[in-house]
Amino acid sequence: LNLKMNFTAEQEYPDLSQHSNHMAKVLTLEMYANLRDKQTSSGFTVDDVIQTGVDNPGHPFIMTVGCVAGDEETYEVFKDLLDPIIEDRHGGYKPTDKHKTDLNPDNLQGGDDLDPNYVLSSRVRTGRSIRGFCLPPHCSRGERRAIEGLSVEALGVLDGDLKGKYYALKDMTEEEQQQLIDDHFLFDKPVSPLLLASGMARDWPDGRGIWHNDNKTFLVWVNEEDHLRVISMQKGGNMKEVFNRFCTGLTKIEELFKEKGHEFMWNEHLGYVLTCPSNLGTGLRGGVHVKLPNLSKHEKFGEVLKRLRLQKRGTGGVDTAAVGGVFDISNADRLGFSEVELVQMVVDGVKLLIEMEKRLEAGQSINDLMPEQK
Amino acid sequence: MPFGNTHNNFKLNYSVEDEFPDLTKHNNHMAKVLTKEMYAKLRDKQTPTGFTVDDVIQTGVDNPGHPFIMTVGCVAGDEESYEVFKDLLDPVISDRHGGYKATDKHKTDLNFENLKGGDDLDPNYVLSSRVRTGRSIKGYALPPHNSRGERRAVEKLSVEALNSLDGEFKGKYYPLKSMTDAEQEQLIADHFLFDKPVSPLLLGAGMARDWPDARGIWHNENKTFLVWVNEEDHLRVISMQKGGNMKEVFKRFCVGLQRIEEIFKKHNHGFMWNEHLGFILTCPSNLGTGLRGGVHVKLPKLSTHAKFEEILNRLRLQKRGTGGVDTASVGGVFDISNADRIGSSEVDQVQCVVDGVKLMVEMEKKLEKGESIDSMIPAQKAPPL
Repeated sequence: LNLKMNFTAEQEYPDLSQHSNHMAKVLTLEMYANLRDKQTSSGFTVDDVIQTGVDNPGHPFIMTVGCVAGDEETYEVFKDLLDPIIEDRHGGYKPTDKHKTDLNPDNLQGGDDLDPNYVLSSRVRTGRSIRGFCLPPHCSRGERRAIEGLSVEALGVLDGDLKGKYYALKDMTEEEQQQLIDDHFLFDKPVSPLLLASGMARDWPDGRGIWHNDNKTFLVWVNEEDHLRVISMQKGGNMKEVFNRFCTGLTKIEELFKEKGHEFMWNEHLGYVLTCPSNLGTGLRGGVHVKLPNLSKHEKFGEVLKRLRLQKRGTGGVDTAAVGGVFDISNADRLGFSEVELVQMVVDGVKLLIEMEKRLEAGQSINDLMPEQK
Repeated sequence: MPFGNTHNNFKLNYSVEDEFPDLTKHNNHMAKVLTKEMYAKLRDKQTPTGFTVDDVIQTGVDNPGHPFIMTVGCVAGDEESYEVFKDLLDPVISDRHGGYKATDKHKTDLNFENLKGGDDLDPNYVLSSRVRTGRSIKGYALPPHNSRGERRAVEKLSVEALNSLDGEFKGKYYPLKSMTDAEQEQLIADHFLFDKPVSPLLLGAGMARDWPDARGIWHNENKTFLVWVNEEDHLRVISMQKGGNMKEVFKRFCVGLQRIEEIFKKHNHGFMWNEHLGFILTCPSNLGTGLRGGVHVKLPKLSTHAKFEEILNRLRLQKRGTGGVDTASVGGVFDISNADRIGSSEVDQVQCVVDGVKLMVEMEKKLEKGESIDSMIPAQKAPPL
């Protein structure tokens, strides 16, 4: 059908000479030749997978992924391309490796006593995809609306601490919008060319919305970058409570979907399947906003974080700088470790970082506190 | 677009109601025309290259429009789009092009000798003259839908055609991706360089994919004939020069276009054209001649006259600021060009500009002397068909 098959692989192969992203590192002409006539059952092709990476050459310092999945099958049909990318992005994770899922909050040790003089807030987020529907780069309006309908129904059943309300983006009143902005809950139409190039913003704001509980500690984004983004958060350092709510809420939502005959996309190799390969596995980023003015200036700060398998960001998000010595510290891994393991790393790691901060405040050395590489 | 629900095989599992876009906040030609019934009829169709109605309308769904500016809200992905989706595009074309009917025939006339006058627009008032159009190469999908291989083939053919031009047309091609800094600076200084589209209207249609691959700028040594390759259309062709000799600009335009067309025809890839729609371009607003011919002209007095708009209307001309379609005029200098694109020929449209600008300069002179222009107000020029 499409005219592109009338051209040779050479003629169709993208020019990646200026590119620096995972896709460009992996996609050879031979690989493209093998994959270019294939498609998933829903019609997603290799050109769909890579378009965002072709259109966004990347940054010399920040290694973007450069590809997306359009449906669950993408990770199978295009495994020749995606397996090496997953391996490169997720610390050597092999095509034969198995991923552990553990959403039992009782398995988390401690985490309820991070010093609130240092830890200002705690947060855990993840994403979920609903099996049987295409993902945001490829879904139709009908599919997106069906996902919204199912999600709103499921969330509407939640009660107790999780009881809440859905705000559809397209019907929001001005007051609701202002309140959501003040709460830092409102998400906007993506502006990043990385997202726009993959088609995720089509038909905006149709089928998109925000749900949150009355207490404003559990938030769900519907049809933004993934079918669902789930966030649990609160002020202070009680990560155990945050994680408890996270697991309970997620498990309840999953049950409700199952009752309607829908599951989350999951398999024992990739864990939870999401749009971006960087979010596979747990899709979990758990972290705190923590004051570390002294430690952050220590020459071993970067090394300490690395050994603890943690990463730092500014409090404005992934590309921001820290303000007033306050950092966003979270798990670096997503795949190959369970949810409990990742949050445990954050809890144990932050506890240690605060001890170090207190030592430095007192003018003492931290050398004996240096951790081993996890 | 080649991504997105356009080739999603699951969407037909959903009802028309579930798939029909929410156009309640929309104000563009597509939204005015597309009913649920029409969508139901068209949603399982595609052109031979795989372009669907969702592809056609995506840009209009994603860009609700502006209360004052009526955008088109749809694009063609190939020549057949205008046939397969005629139920949608014919009414859009009719609405956009002053009632042009599905049965109307369009005239093409690129014989510059048929233009009367146009070599004597007063250079004290007319600062520059310019004619532009677009062309699509038969056998290839259009910018919203083409593959990298197709785009590169269009570039290759275009460069071959352009490099064979001689005399006043002798020139050079500058591909966007291998331009030196010095070349880039020069092209910017000449106001020739085009950049990756930023308008959500274009981005929403998928026209910026793979940028800057196979895009480039060609111009002759005299800098009076310029061709853009693979920007919003396969080719955009521009003839221009300082001063008011529109006849010379139009002659160069016609001769250059015809020479290029001959070379494409030799390769069995002529321009997309038919007797109903004229030259086929990506946006339905550019069908017919795809021609915008105009001048930058000083009209400080006439532009503040109560009847300025009415005069333009009757002359079938439109005004813009000198920065382009959405800008305001500066220092009383206006961009005045033809309003029509389809139903009248290239010669007809440039004749409108030549005659109309001549009249307006005379009116300006009268107003300078403090005299009335009431006796000069023109009758309404007949619409194209």
